[in-house]
Amino acid sequence: MSYVSIRDLKVSFDGVQVLHGINLDVAKGEALGLVGESGCGKSVTWLAALGLLPGKATVSGSVTVEGQQLIGTGRAAVEGVRGGKVAMIFQDPSSSLNPVRTVGHQIGESLRLHRGMDRRAGRIEAVRLLDMVGIPGASKRVDLYPHEFSGGQCQRVMIAMALAGAPDLLIADEPTTALDATIQAQILDLLATLRRETGMGMVFISHDLGAVGAICDRVHVMYAGRIVESGAIGPMFDAPRHPYTRGLFDAIPRLDGTRDRLIPIHGTVPDPRHMPQGCAFAPRCAKAQAFCNSDVPALKPQQDGRQLACFYPVTAPATGTAATDERLPA
Amino acid sequence: MTALLQARGLVRCYAGQKSLFTKPSLVRAVDGVDLTLNPGETLGIVGESGSGKSTLGRMLLGIDAPTEGQVLFDGQPMPALHSAPWRALRAQMQFVYQDPLAALDRRLTIARQIGEPLEIHGLATGAELAERVAELMAQVGLRQDQGARYPHELSGGQRQRVIIARALATSPRLLVCDEPVSALDVSIQAQVVNLLRDLQERHGIAMVFISHDLKVVRNICDRVAVMYLGRIVEEASSDQIFAQPEHPYTQALVSSVPVPGKRLQGRILLKGEPPNPAQRPAGCAFHPRCAAALQICAQSVPPLQPTAPARRAACHLLDASHAGQAA
Repeated sequence: MSYVSIRDLKVSFDGVQVLHGINLDVAKGEALGLVGESGCGKSVTWLAALGLLPGKATVSGSVTVEGQQLIGTGRAAVEGVRGGKVAMIFQDPSSSLNPVRTVGHQIGESLRLHRGMDRRAGRIEAVRLLDMVGIPGASKRVDLYPHEFSGGQCQRVMIAMALAGAPDLLIADEPTTALDATIQAQILDLLATLRRETGMGMVFISHDLGAVGAICDRVHVMYAGRIVESGAIGPMFDAPRHPYTRGLFDAIPRLDGTRDRLIPIHGTVPDPRHMPQGCAFAPRCAKAQAFCNSDVPALKPQQDGRQLACFYPVTAPATGTAATDERLPA
Repeated sequence: MTALLQARGLVRCYAGQKSLFTKPSLVRAVDGVDLTLNPGETLGIVGESGSGKSTLGRMLLGIDAPTEGQVLFDGQPMPALHSAPWRALRAQMQFVYQDPLAALDRRLTIARQIGEPLEIHGLATGAELAERVAELMAQVGLRQDQGARYPHELSGGQRQRVIIARALATSPRLLVCDEPVSALDVSIQAQVVNLLRDLQERHGIAMVFISHDLKVVRNICDRVAVMYLGRIVEEASSDQIFAQPEHPYTQALVSSVPVPGKRLQGRILLKGEPPNPAQRPAGCAFHPRCAAALQICAQSVPPLQPTAPARRAACHLLDASHAGQAA
């Protein structure tokens, strides 16, 4: 039984459809990765699910958390879930924090709202949370303002705030993108540790395949408002089968091996106002045939357990190990 | 062979936080950097935010005057800022910015902007100008009809191509690229990296490539310098520095890069964050975060010295006379 279940979620802004029917499930305690380039709808999926999109957005479909419907059921239902059951953190921590309130006050607010703590208990708990996310000298720094923390520490404060509601699921939207490499490694480690200690589930939204691979169990790859491939990290990373997923791997420069020219994906992401009639990736795809330009492939289960939306996928390797070599640039 | 660009003891100070009761402190953003760039070579400069890599880039290009030290271009000292010889020199060195939308004029067409350096330096006019602009656009993979468009009508990758075409207009011998692909998606990033590699091979332009993305730097650069808090801590060829990093900071940096298919285990996690340049730790600036730090690391600054042919590193641990203390 999945904890969050999203069915046929569609979103449009001013009549332009940006999400074309997303189906996904997150099991309790699971870490799910959502990968794709900017504008593919990976953030919009969760903003829509949690009712955080602006009023001009039209949302349809179904999102259930522990069986409770969130779409079209009014504010009370969403507010009962948001923060308490499902919390979200964002890419830019400094713009998500209130600059004129101490971090202790902001964490306390969340504790009062979701756990009914009073001011004194809230302060003690805030110090404990700050300590848990690795802020040194938490008991003193609880009274400081966001500008007195560095970028990496602000992200830790955001994580502490998200943990204040003791959520079952944490949605992390590009949590490490704005951070330096060594700090990024620290935050990834923190998220993995928190998950291990609290048993909390996680949705990790990122364009960084490396980061997703390091902490997730399963991954969904999105392109132009649709999921194009999904499956367990191991088989997906060893042998990506959708030409887009494969292209993403090929485009990443390597830290070992040869320093050959990169293999880019030609062209650019389609404009949501002028979507191709068939498969959205067809105009950029080397394997596309005439058929791809007229029909949209559905996301279908494959023999090895993954789901794939492609008429002419990259051929599955005969053995599991051969795929790694195949991916090396020739 | 004379070096195209030489930096000697570059220092750049900024006035730090001012307050009513204290004297403004001096922040040494770049603190004594020596570098050499040969013609046609690509030098990568990597480091975290606040390491001074962008400030260094601006000084190398002569658009920021160093507080101390000097930059030699073609063996000649950089002329005074905004003087006539300085302006003439601009044609030979160009800057590629991280945020293409901010670096482009929203009210001018793409073709006008690419041609602007040619007009400014009086290199081409009329039909010749139009022809050169068309040629530049073709070189960076822009379609001719896109010349009449405005920056907001192009995608991020296309805008970066415009910036590169404009930088190439005066046939420069030096390009300084400050995070040129950081704002781009992976698939587009690969297109632009390949473009820069091709252009460099074809025209033999020397390039300083500033980035925090180690994977991109490794792919495009011949040589890499790692900066920490305003100083170079290690410098080596691209192949060597990523395969066998010598400085503990470089080791942590290389290890922190998430590689698809690798789990978190076994990565070097540094404690704490890079210190504030205004409160530089005594001795080696990295020692408070270094797992292998010795007593001497807190006392004296390790000099940047050769550790192998064409390799330099600044670490007491690599100095044979201190190695015994590590045990």
